[in-house]
Amino acid sequence: MVSLTIEGRPVTVPDGMSILEAAKTAGVLVPHYCYHPGLPVAGVCRMCLVEVEKMPKLAPACATSVMEGQVVHVHSPKALEARKGVLEFLLINHPLDCPICDQAGECELQDYTFAEGRADSRYREPKRFNPVEDFGGDVLYVQNRCILCTRCVRFMSDVADEPVLNVSERGDRAFIGKAEGHDLTNPWAGNVIDLCPVGALLSKDFLNKARAWELDRAPTVCTGCSQGCNAVVETRDNVPVRLKPRPNDAVNQYYMCEVGRQSYREFARRDRADQPLVRINGTLTEVDWEDAVTAAVGALSGKRVVVLASPNLSNEALFLLERLVAQLNGQGVFRVARGETVPLPGVADLALREERAANAAGARLLGFAEVTTVGSALRHDDALLVVGDALDGVTPSELAALSSLVFVGTTIPTAVAERAVAVLPITNTVEEEGTFTNLRGRVQRFLQGRTAPGVARPSWFVLTDLLAATGGAAEFHLPADVFAAMVSTHQAFAGLDYESLGMHGLPVLASETATAGAAI
Amino acid sequence: MGYPHPSHPRETPILSKYFGDAEARTLEGWRARGGYEALQKALFTDPQELQTIVKDSGLRGRGGAGFPTGMKWSFMKPDGKTHYLCCNADESEPGTFKDREIMRWTPHGLVEGVALAAHAIYAQTAYIYIRGEFTEPYARVTAAVEEAYAAGILGANAMGSGKQVDVHVHRGAGAYICGEETALMNSLEGRRGNPRIKPPFPAVAGLFGKPTTINNVETLTTVPYIIKNGAEWYKQFGRPDNPKSIGTKLFSVCGNITRPGNYEVALGFPFKDFLYDLCGGPLPGREIKAVIPGGSSVPILTREEAEGAIMDYEGMVAAGTMLGSGGAIVFDDRQCMVRQIARLTRFYAHESCAQCSQCREGTAWITRIMERIRDGEGTAEDLDTLVSIADGMSGKTICVLSDSCATPVMSGLKKFRHEFEAKIAANPAMVTVPGALRASAA
Repeated sequence: MVSLTIEGRPVTVPDGMSILEAAKTAGVLVPHYCYHPGLPVAGVCRMCLVEVEKMPKLAPACATSVMEGQVVHVHSPKALEARKGVLEFLLINHPLDCPICDQAGECELQDYTFAEGRADSRYREPKRFNPVEDFGGDVLYVQNRCILCTRCVRFMSDVADEPVLNVSERGDRAFIGKAEGHDLTNPWAGNVIDLCPVGALLSKDFLNKARAWELDRAPTVCTGCSQGCNAVVETRDNVPVRLKPRPNDAVNQYYMCEVGRQSYREFARRDRADQPLVRINGTLTEVDWEDAVTAAVGALSGKRVVVLASPNLSNEALFLLERLVAQLNGQGVFRVARGETVPLPGVADLALREERAANAAGARLLGFAEVTTVGSALRHDDALLVVGDALDGVTPSELAALSSLVFVGTTIPTAVAERAVAVLPITNTVEEEGTFTNLRGRVQRFLQGRTAPGVARPSWFVLTDLLAATGGAAEFHLPADVFAAMVSTHQAFAGLDYESLGMHGLPVLASETATAGAAI
Repeated sequence: MGYPHPSHPRETPILSKYFGDAEARTLEGWRARGGYEALQKALFTDPQELQTIVKDSGLRGRGGAGFPTGMKWSFMKPDGKTHYLCCNADESEPGTFKDREIMRWTPHGLVEGVALAAHAIYAQTAYIYIRGEFTEPYARVTAAVEEAYAAGILGANAMGSGKQVDVHVHRGAGAYICGEETALMNSLEGRRGNPRIKPPFPAVAGLFGKPTTINNVETLTTVPYIIKNGAEWYKQFGRPDNPKSIGTKLFSVCGNITRPGNYEVALGFPFKDFLYDLCGGPLPGREIKAVIPGGSSVPILTREEAEGAIMDYEGMVAAGTMLGSGGAIVFDDRQCMVRQIARLTRFYAHESCAQCSQCREGTAWITRIMERIRDGEGTAEDLDTLVSIADGMSGKTICVLSDSCATPVMSGLKKFRHEFEAKIAANPAMVTVPGALRASAA
């Protein structure tokens, strides 16, 4: 360990740590552009120059290791003057098109210029102009705004291991170029957009959709696969418009794949079931919640019940469903979509996983059996309770053999519309809160990011009502209550506490983790 | 076959002794002139001893920085690791063309120095990184390396010593920045020629991550003479009162001077004598106005300052500049310093590797202002802005290219501010119109 002083604050940090990281521990932000904790140090933007006593020149805080007894001045006149100079250099050719730039409001050049830059410009020459380039995939390159921090180049070279991007040309003619004949279609390429500190790399999908200050944000967990990448869902006027990675060293570091990013579309679907429905005289008719729950329980009573749960349901919902299965003396199954595993080479244990659902591990821990087809779990005259599953690929003949069908979900599949006795509308992941268990057995919380449509209710809330209506003991008022009950009854989750999970999650017991990860 | 000018009696030709001697280019000719005797001796000598001899000789790097060569070599220990030697033959500093002549006329001298140094730093592999535009030097050095391999001087059993010494010649693609030692290593590794942050220094993690020594052509070519004749012999060259600057040095001279070319003199030579006696002084009827003494990146001297300067590391510092690479650029009284400085900044703006913000943007900004002033469109506030930009560029970047661009601007403004002001005031009496030199010469 090394002890030093940064801005008058004593800190003790591990040997070899950079001054910039050490400053963070002291609560001092050293402005920077090219430095990113997930990328190799480049030291090129020269924005993080700090004054270190007894050193002849200003030192780049990102590339200078701490030393015992060092005294660092981040905001000394000399350091401030240097940063002011860098900002002025970066702005001489920057188009200052903040009013139309997608990055406005979350641009580090804007932020630091506001904080420490010059109020005016001394640049009297014409600014250079370069056309916008489509990098392929979801990425657009606005060269005029580029400050050549090379974060994108380093990400593609060192993290994605597909060096498509480079710095082309020299001097102020330099720009980010693409390798001849290649596009930015790597499954992890979207991260270059997040990494870009200015508006040079933009998402085509998000382009002109919203201004940063119009967005509401909530921490969530990606449901694209069983990795459980931590994410932030951003909504504008209650409509999800973007999903971005949320740093978590234990799961996804700073990154997220394209499949995960695009999963926000599912949350933004407009064809939502937003009223409880009950089949009356052959037609699904809007009713109030009480009647719908009564009808649903009626349809399930006295029969062998198969519960088909979605592996994208929260642990809380699955726990309540497990109780419901027991109460109805039924069988709980789930099925999970599968795809190709696509690792991110530069980050250990991070991949777009084969299992394309967030909580298959949770479903297994909570007693649900995986089936490949819905039909394989069904017998003649069974009652089927579908929770969250979209019934894709289920044939009419499979449903025709059912004695009754109750659907609890977010959008109504055609087959359900024709066969369901009752439809109970629930919220999707970004409309409720709860926890998922990822493939490594890490339990992670997600929070509500927007309000639900119509009178749709959180899944745990609806399932609590169903459980109570079937005679089960159910007195839950918050997801935390359900979680507490789950922890107290399932050894796998023993020791966990809803609040202490924080927003980065905690692992379940190691032995259970192995079970959860068995299907990886 | 003669050289552009005969050796001047006041020169001390060691490296340049065979410039113009075509036979010295061949292996046979080089051997006939005593070549490879030093290598033969060195390959049977302990590397540590070679390091000590070079350290004792006082030789300093002739690439520009002047770091003691023996000390640099002493960083390389017999640690069992793979070591590399790189010869920096990417001579690109405006006004500097001495290494080119060494490679053109005495390529075997360089090969000998490279092989010797490789052995001295416990390296089996050496690279000679030649500037892309150096067509003839590349051909000469390549031919010399091939001859040396064929003769068993290089290879698995170099000169019967049982030592492995391999030399590879690598031709750059033509980027000034690849002359910066860490950018050179990047380029050799097949990457973009961008300077690296130091530390780690090359002696710790250099080429391919291995301990590496990088020396200039002139430095390496000097070493065999020191090994052959001893450190004491080498110490005779230089000022008796200045033990820090030892030996002879090749100086390139160009610009408005009667006899431009390469001259080798002992360090400590009076710059005035050099300019007026060896180089013949200004062209007839003209007067020297300014000199950039050490390649274009060092501070400009006025005539008076130049005439009082001593040609060694300390002497040039005392005169307010640096010895640098030893490439002197002479300007006579017809030259517009604004125009000349603008030309230099344009060069640096073109060659900036674009890594550091200050350099990438600053060199271009300075150039635009300089060219505006040159074209009579400057304003008084431009001069303050220039100083401020140059200040913002100096000492804040990974390498010194940024400083190299700022230096002529700073020193030009300090010493020839009246010319800048005259340009802004559009006072034609103070400045020379473009093409005046050619018109006058005609």
